[in-house]
Amino acid sequence: MSTSPATSSSLQTAGHSGPKKILVLGATSGIAEATCRIWAKQGARLFLVARNADKLAAVAADLKTRGASYVDTAAVDLDDTAQHPALLAHAVNSLTGMDVAYLAHGVLGDQPRAEQEFAHAAQILHTNFVAPVSLLTWLSNYCVQRHAGVLAVISSVAGDRGRKSNYLYGSSKAGLSAFLGGLRNRVDREGVTVLTIKPGPVRTAMTSAMKGSEKFADVNKVAQSIAAAIDKRKDTLYVPFQWQPILFVIRNIPERVFKKLNL
Amino acid sequence: MPETNSVQAPTPTLEVPFESWGRYPTYPARMIPLNWQTDFPAALAGLHNGALPVGMGRSYGDVCLLKGGNLLLTTGMDRLLHFDTETGILTAEAGVTLAQILDFAVPRGFFLPVTPGTKYVTLGGAIANDIHGKNHHVAGTFGAHVTEFELVRSDGSRRICSPTENLDFYAATIGGLGLTGVITWAKLRMKPIVSRGIDYEGIQFHGIDEFLDLTRQSEHIEYTVSWIDCASTGKNFARGVFMQGDHSKVPAELKPSPEPKLVFPFDAPGFALNHATVSLFNTAFFHKQLKPRVVALQDYEPFFYPLDKVLHWNRMYGKNGLLQFQYAIPWESAREGTIAILQEVAKSGLASFLAVLKAFGDVPSPGMMSFPQPGITLALDFPIKADKSFPLFERLADMTRDFGGKLYPAKDAAMTAAQYQTFYPQWEQFARYRDPMLTSSFWERVTGDRPTL
Ligand SMILES: Cc1cc2nc3c(=O)[nH]c(=O)nc-3n(C[C@H](O)[C@H](O)[C@H](O)COP(=O)(O)OP(=O)(O)OC[C@H]3O[C@@H](n4cnc5c(N)ncnc54)[C@H](O)[C@@H]3O)c2cc1C
Repeated sequence: MSTSPATSSSLQTAGHSGPKKILVLGATSGIAEATCRIWAKQGARLFLVARNADKLAAVAADLKTRGASYVDTAAVDLDDTAQHPALLAHAVNSLTGMDVAYLAHGVLGDQPRAEQEFAHAAQILHTNFVAPVSLLTWLSNYCVQRHAGVLAVISSVAGDRGRKSNYLYGSSKAGLSAFLGGLRNRVDREGVTVLTIKPGPVRTAMTSAMKGSEKFADVNKVAQSIAAAIDKRKDTLYVPFQWQPILFVIRNIPERVFKKLNL
Repeated sequence: MPETNSVQAPTPTLEVPFESWGRYPTYPARMIPLNWQTDFPAALAGLHNGALPVGMGRSYGDVCLLKGGNLLLTTGMDRLLHFDTETGILTAEAGVTLAQILDFAVPRGFFLPVTPGTKYVTLGGAIANDIHGKNHHVAGTFGAHVTEFELVRSDGSRRICSPTENLDFYAATIGGLGLTGVITWAKLRMKPIVSRGIDYEGIQFHGIDEFLDLTRQSEHIEYTVSWIDCASTGKNFARGVFMQGDHSKVPAELKPSPEPKLVFPFDAPGFALNHATVSLFNTAFFHKQLKPRVVALQDYEPFFYPLDKVLHWNRMYGKNGLLQFQYAIPWESAREGTIAILQEVAKSGLASFLAVLKAFGDVPSPGMMSFPQPGITLALDFPIKADKSFPLFERLADMTRDFGGKLYPAKDAAMTAAQYQTFYPQWEQFARYRDPMLTSSFWERVTGDRPTL
C-alpha cells in the first residue's frame, strides 16, 4: 500500500485540480470500455488508443455523450513499439498532462498454434509483454519526473501459475506481473503508483443471455473495482476478489501434483 | 488473434439455449455476438442455416428464436452516440437497453416516449416489435418516435432509413421482427420531464362497461392501463383496477434508479400456480386497493415496471414456461369480443395470473406490420400445460379472428399459419423486404416457409 490518502480527490490534488486526465491504451477492450464509462460520468478528460478506427470512433462518441469533458483518440497498432514515444508525447500533450495511464490491451493467442509455431508464441509475448514494457518505460519516467501518477495495468490470474491450456498467454502475463512488481519497487518512493490488475473470466453484456454465464464476473462490476483501486492507489487487485484465495491455493499446489492435473 | 478482454465474449458456440421470456419453446442455436456496428455481415462468413438478430430475449415466444440457426446477439452494441438536449433526440446503438437509456436520460430531465412493461428490452428489439406502452392512445407506438436508423443487410449494403429516406425499408423494419436486416443504431425522440414522479390514480371497476366508461373519461391522461381479474365469475366477473397517471409537473430532484436486487432463484414447482392460487392472488390484488379510488405520487419505476424488481420472475411459472396471449380487437366488436374471450378463459379453468387490459388509440404507426390498431387489447399470462393450453389458445385465436382482431407476434408461440395470414394479410408484401439470410422460428411457423439460405 502506498502512503497517499485513499480518496478519489487524492488524484486531483496530486498536481492540479479539475477533471482527471486519463490515457487509455486498448480502449476498445470490454473491460477498458466499461471502466471509461465510469470516468466519463465523472467528467474526465480521456485520450483513447486502439487499433481499429471505426470501433474507436464509436467508443469515443459514447464516452463523450456520457459526460467526458474531453475525448481525443489515436488509431495505432501498439505492437509497433517504435511509435510509442511519439504517441505518448502526443497523448500527454493533448490531455494537457496525465494522472492515470491505463494499459488494457492484450491478446489471448492460440495456445495449440503457439506450441507448434514459435512465430506465434513470440507474437503473444510481444503484444502482452514487450509492448507494455516499452510503454511503461516512457510512462514511468514521465510520472517520476512529476512525482505523480498512477500506472494501472491489466495482467491476469493466468500469470500466477503456468497451465498447459494457456501457458503462452500465462507466461506473457507472468512476465508482465513481475515487471510491474519491480517497477513499483522502483517508483513508489517517487510518488508514483503501479497497480497490477488480475481479472478472472469476465461476462460482458453479450453473454448475459446465455446459460452458465452467471459464473463469470460482470464487466461493470469489474470496472467499478478497477476504478476504485486506482482511486485508492492500490498495488494489486484480483477481480473479483475471490480469485485471490483461489490462486493462493493454486500457486501452492506442489509441482509433483500440479503437473499431473488437467488444467 | 482474439483480444484478451473480449475473450469472455464467446467465440461462436453451438447448441447454447437462448431462452425467450416465455421459456417456450427452447431451441439450440449458435450464438454470435455483434459487438460493433461493423461486425455484421462479416460475422456470418462461413456459417449456414440463416441468422436472426436478437436483443434481450424479452419476447415471450419464438420471434427471437431460430432453431438450429445463428443468433446475432446485439447487446454488446450498447453505445450512446449523441444526445441533443435541445431537441431531445438520442442517437444510440441498437443493443442499448431501455434501462440504460433511462439511467442516462432521467438525471438529464428526459424520459422514453413509449415504454413497455419492462425496461430490460433493447432499442433494436423495441423497434422490431414496434412495441406499445400505456400511452398508446396519445403517443402511438415506439416506432412513431424513431426518427432515423441504419439498416445493414447481409449483402453488406447499409441504408439510412427515415420518413424521408428509404421510406419503404423504414416502414418494413418498424415491426419487421428482425427479418429485414440488422439495425445498428437509431435516433429516438425523448420527452422532457421535471420529476421522476407519476401522479397516479387507481380506480376499482366492476365489468367491461365500467372499464369502457373510465377509458372514455381518461382520454386526456397520458398513461392508462387496467389489471383485470380473470379468475372470478358471477357478480365479480371482469372486475379490475383502472390505473392512470401523468408525469408530475412539480419539479423534483432527478436521481438515478437503484439497481434491482431480488432474483427469483429457482423454477417454481408446477403446482405452485393453479386455479386456486391464482384466484387468491387476484382477489388479494383487487382488495390491495382498499378504497374504490386511490390517489398518490408514485415513482416511475413501480408505475411502469412493477415486475422488474424481481429479475427472472418468469421462473415463477416453473420449467414448462409461460405464454402470453395478446389480442387487439377493433372498437366495433371490442366489448362483445372481450366479454366472450374472458368467459371462454374462465370456462377453461386454466389460470391466467396476470391479465392486462387497455385501449389502443388511433395514432398511426409508421410500421407496415405493426400490431396495435384502434380498439381494445387484452394480454393474458398462462403457465404452459401441454395438453390444455394449446387447444385453448387455438380457440381464443379463432374467436379473435371472428371479432375482426389480431394477435401480437411478440407474445405468441401458438398461432397457426392460416390464423397469422388472416391477421396480417400484408405479410406477402412485407416478405419482399426480408433479408435472404435472416429468418426466425416464428416466421417459419407462420409462413410455412423455410427460406433457401
Ligand atoms: C414483463 C414484460 C412486459 C412487456 N410489456 C410489453 C408492453 O407493454 N408492450 C409491448 O409492446 N411489449 C411488451 N413486452 C414485450 C417486449 O417489449 C418485446 O418483446 C420487445 O421487443 C423485446 O425486446 P428485446 O430486446 O428483448 O428483443 P428480443 O425479444 O430479443 O427480439 C425481439 C425482436 O427484435 C428483433 N431484433 C432485436 N434486435 C434487433 C436489431 N438490432 N435489428 C433488427 N432486429 C432486431 C429480433 O429479431 C426479434 O424479432 C413485454 C415483455 C415482458 C417480458
